[in-house]
Amino acid sequence: MGQVLVITSGKGGVGKTTTTANIGTALAKMGKSVVLVDADIGLRNLDVVMGLENRIVYDLVDVVEGYCRTRQALIKDKRFEGLYLLPAAQTKDKTAVSPEQMRELTRELAAEFDYVLVDSPAGIEQGFRNAIAGAQRALVVTTPEVSAVRDADRIIGLLEAEDLGRPQLIVNRVRPQMVSRGDMMAIDEVVEILAVDLIGVVPDDEWIVVSTNRGEPAVTNPRSRAGEAYFEIARRVNGEDVPIAPLEPDGFFGRLRRIFGAR
Amino acid sequence: MFDFFRRSPGRSKEMARQRLQAVLAQDRASLSPGMMDDIKEELLRTLSRYLEVDERGMEVTFASRTGGVSLVASVPVRSVRRGVRH
Repeated sequence: MGQVLVITSGKGGVGKTTTTANIGTALAKMGKSVVLVDADIGLRNLDVVMGLENRIVYDLVDVVEGYCRTRQALIKDKRFEGLYLLPAAQTKDKTAVSPEQMRELTRELAAEFDYVLVDSPAGIEQGFRNAIAGAQRALVVTTPEVSAVRDADRIIGLLEAEDLGRPQLIVNRVRPQMVSRGDMMAIDEVVEILAVDLIGVVPDDEWIVVSTNRGEPAVTNPRSRAGEAYFEIARRVNGEDVPIAPLEPDGFFGRLRRIFGAR
Repeated sequence: MFDFFRRSPGRSKEMARQRLQAVLAQDRASLSPGMMDDIKEELLRTLSRYLEVDERGMEVTFASRTGGVSLVASVPVRSVRRGVRH
């Protein structure tokens, strides 16, 4: 029986979908079988981030409404064996699915895959309720900004009220240079304020934009610092003990190393 | 407008931290059912032993201060009771 994880944040635009795509791809790269579920019904995006938008025939709502079998709606990834996407419906809205249906769907998927990653919509309404319904574990994504951390706190409160274990925090889009000159909250400050466990820190990285343009998650790009960070998070998700190294401003040698694609 | 530029960069994170702590204190308290009411009620009970206060004019909030969060209570006083000792 596989594990069901929900990736959520409260605030929109902090990188939930990018995080889901990268952790999922990294787990598949490690040889795990993975299905990514886009629970953002009406605003689907995980398909374009994965570069699979042209292959969609059926979607999540078709599955729960019984128009097709689950297997028929799963899209196989282009690059990695064992990696699949269940796309969200684009024409319906969040009320097309109930938490009970999501619970049943994720249970069915967990019987076949090592990991089921559910990409949650922003907000705290029904879409969020649906996304967390079948999850055993939650990853909360935030950025080091007042608005994002505030919403993360709200989400953590809601998750703790459910039977979901301790949520784990990902701090995304960190700019080490701004942290060192005192214009961005440091990771330990964010973690202390939210009082949760940290599972990873992702630096702000222009390669993410390039990745999304191309439809290729950053973990497939050896020059991406964010990709590197996501790969480490995936190893931690998989139970490996990978220490969280402090982010350094990208110096000359760091940049040189990446130009030559060394890890 | 030039005020924005004149302010030296490099300290805005302290502001972020303080503002966040205050807003979270307020959020958490107001989301936990009855907590703010309980705080108000118990403050009133204690204050009323010494003062005659205007219950309806009472305001209790959280505010950010250097070094942390403060609970700020504004309680209009009608009169001070005479000769109470505890």
